[in-house]
Amino acid sequence: MRSWWSSVWPPVVAVLFFLLVWQAAVSIFDIEKFILPAPTAIGSEAVTGAAGLFQHTLATLQLTLIGFIIGTTIGLVISLALHMVPFLKTALYPLLILSQNVPTIALAPLLMIWFGFGMLPKVIVITLVCFFPVAIAALDGLARTDRTMMNYMQMAGATSWQIFTKLELPHALPSIFSGIRIAATYSVMGAVIGEWIGSDRGIGYYMMLQKSGYRTDRVFVAILVIVLLSLLMVLLITLLEKRLIRWNRKS
Amino acid sequence: MTQQVAPPVQGGLNPPSVEASRTPALEVRNLRKTFRDRRSEVHVLDDLALQVQPGEFVSIIGPSGSGKSTLFHIIGGLTAPDSGSVFMDGRDVTGKKGLIAYMPQQPALFPWRTVEDNVLLPEELRGTQKAVARANARRWMERAGLAGFEKAYPHTLSGGMQQRAAFLRALMSPQEVMCLDEPFSALDALTRSDMQRWLLDIWEETRRSVLMITHHIEEALLLSDSIYILSARPGAILKRIEVPFPRPRREEILLDPSFITLKTEISAMMREEQQERGQ
Repeated sequence: MRSWWSSVWPPVVAVLFFLLVWQAAVSIFDIEKFILPAPTAIGSEAVTGAAGLFQHTLATLQLTLIGFIIGTTIGLVISLALHMVPFLKTALYPLLILSQNVPTIALAPLLMIWFGFGMLPKVIVITLVCFFPVAIAALDGLARTDRTMMNYMQMAGATSWQIFTKLELPHALPSIFSGIRIAATYSVMGAVIGEWIGSDRGIGYYMMLQKSGYRTDRVFVAILVIVLLSLLMVLLITLLEKRLIRWNRKS
Repeated sequence: MTQQVAPPVQGGLNPPSVEASRTPALEVRNLRKTFRDRRSEVHVLDDLALQVQPGEFVSIIGPSGSGKSTLFHIIGGLTAPDSGSVFMDGRDVTGKKGLIAYMPQQPALFPWRTVEDNVLLPEELRGTQKAVARANARRWMERAGLAGFEKAYPHTLSGGMQQRAAFLRALMSPQEVMCLDEPFSALDALTRSDMQRWLLDIWEETRRSVLMITHHIEEALLLSDSIYILSARPGAILKRIEVPFPRPRREEILLDPSFITLKTEISAMMREEQQERGQ
């Protein structure tokens, strides 16, 4: 308990100090509210505007989850396919890496043109940002299977399916989860970007709306919500990981 | 260097006395292996031959880098020899996997499985009913002093206990021939001698056919019925020695004059071999 507290209090104090400086600077230099609102102003806006934000938050969360699940699934399927067919891996792995030089955000307008303003183009954007970290982490984990354990399984006469399910997959699981955790935070970002470009609801839409009205305090509230959504996603993944990986993760 | 090994058929310097008429549980004939890459060639095994009779405990002693692990990989079917073959019960099984019970040098227990699930892995691979496999595993774990650790994960066990679990995993394999690759080399001296005594007890009870690699002469003499001495690279059999001590063996034989004489003889032979190669 004590060690937990000793690692928690320094960052908390740092954040409080930062907010204090912010608050003081805004009142001392008399900064306009539409340029930089004080933390207290953002706080009160968050409380009063919470009801109006709720629907948007829910919409974004739904979009995030759908995109995340599809993106992660595709990432896993790709990694399994490339792992099982070595030729596919040599052929496609470099292309996979290259594909990450295309900024996904730049594709978003194109996707809107092709698929309209519905759910589909946004889900595609999230999928595009999500599948990559999952696929790479899974491929990496699968490729690093312990040689001694592999020798053991082969000498014991295990079939390649047994080797996959009983050795390669569990061995790669921690690595896969580190990819999924990255994908989880990316998925929130992907959803917000999708909503910026064309939507009639969601946190991204709300941000654009408040930006045009110079309601900087509300933009800050939206940012706060996005941060909380990201944390929520990471928390979900961490809980799932704790359930699935019970052995010592250090080794 | 003269070839002193008993040839695959009968005769030779040390004909296996009683068991000569039986088919060996494991026999390798004239194995040769050279690893090549673009730059270099490493000649690892040279005309290596050995036999393990049913129920016999056989050790291979050799300097490090004498291709002992390659030999196991060939027997296990992971590596193809350049020439020569592996026989089990008289059948040519060269390149076939899944015919030996293997205990690697590192315990290589799966960290995501409990100790019990690790021990029953070979039966699980064979498709044995889970309940039957579990009962078997429990019985052996109790025998091995691992009772109470069934549901523990391997990383919580000491090195000696991990080795015992790895040994049980090999012992639970339905295959007749066990191949132990320097099973105790990662342990400290005290744990090692404990483990040797433990293995001696378990083996004398089960009498499986065992082929063990070691570079510990005393360990080989204590446990084995016969010992093959391997030359430095390229590995070939220098000599086959029958260990004359009766079973069941007790640790006291370590102090027996004839034990010490034999030990000195082997270590002199190995030193000579190493010096010869060094020049």
